Amino acid sequence: MADQATPEGSLIALIADQDTATGLLLTGIGHVDYRKNSNFLIVDEKTPQGKIEDAFREFTTRDDVAVVLINQSVAGTIRHLLNNYTKPIPAVLEIPSKDTPYDPSQDSVLSRVKFMFGDS
Amino acid sequence: MKARLQGATKGHALLKKKADALNMRFRQILKKIVQAKEQMGDLMKASFFSLAQARYATGDFRHTVLDGVDQASIRVRATQDNVAGVKLPKFESFKEGADTKLALIGLGNGGKQIQDCRKSFLSAVELLVELASLQTAFLTLDEAIKTTNRRVNALEHVVKPKLENTIAYIKGELDELEREEFFRLKKVQGNKKKNADLAAARELEEAKETTHMHDKIATVLEVEDDDVIF
Repeated sequence: MADQATPEGSLIALIADQDTATGLLLTGIGHVDYRKNSNFLIVDEKTPQGKIEDAFREFTTRDDVAVVLINQSVAGTIRHLLNNYTKPIPAVLEIPSKDTPYDPSQDSVLSRVKFMFGDS
Repeated sequence: MKARLQGATKGHALLKKKADALNMRFRQILKKIVQAKEQMGDLMKASFFSLAQARYATGDFRHTVLDGVDQASIRVRATQDNVAGVKLPKFESFKEGADTKLALIGLGNGGKQIQDCRKSFLSAVELLVELASLQTAFLTLDEAIKTTNRRVNALEHVVKPKLENTIAYIKGELDELEREEFFRLKKVQGNKKKNADLAAARELEEAKETTHMHDKIATVLEVEDDDVIF
């Protein structure tokens, strides 16, 4: 786990729409390596679902990625992948996007939290 | 066998304690997650608002930002936290290197708004990373609690009754042996006593007989029989 991290630290991957991506990339989480592989995918309405799925799979299998941020609206389109994803690292985090306010009931983790509070 | 039962009981108690500790931690994390998630919603909203402000002031700078991406200056460091033997990964964001081009975006116009926007997104990222670490801890703990509970239950419902059964069986068997032995001893004692009685009785009889003989002899000698005349 910890030893997987590169000495300079791990990256934060991002699958988001353009506005969210702009804001977050402005902070400097973006990374493009020498092979022109980026750690973010910008999704608009023209992006095919297959591409999002591929990006998600790639980010979750890369060992230099510790956190995957994904827009909730985007997460909705690949919900089946998210629900099957159970590994702790990298952590997949759903974030609200600009035009869709945060809806806790859709979050896969939060729904589990709610479920646990319900039964325990 | 008894030692094994004792071991199982002790292990069970220890595991139960561990499960309790994990559960406690788990509750804490759950509470924090819910809080952080709600906070995140607000923070992201504020960030988007500042983004809109910046865009209003600067015009569309999205492409500048997207093209300006080079090396990540914010990275995540993973450390480990230990709760009752369960390793929890913990993320920590840190800044590294100068944020080259990004700091210069909008230098011509609207730089202030962009920097504000940047700041608010920075704090959002920090919160997100914290949330990510909480979430990771949540998943790991969940798994750990499940395995621990499984072990506790296995010990309680399978191993311990098995051992107890074995012990009960052995005890029963031993008791039976003891009873048999006791009975045998009793019997032997009885036999011995019988033999002794018999022997005593015989001796008494013999003794009686001898005295009888003596009497006879004596009587033979004593009896005055008639003189025999030839």
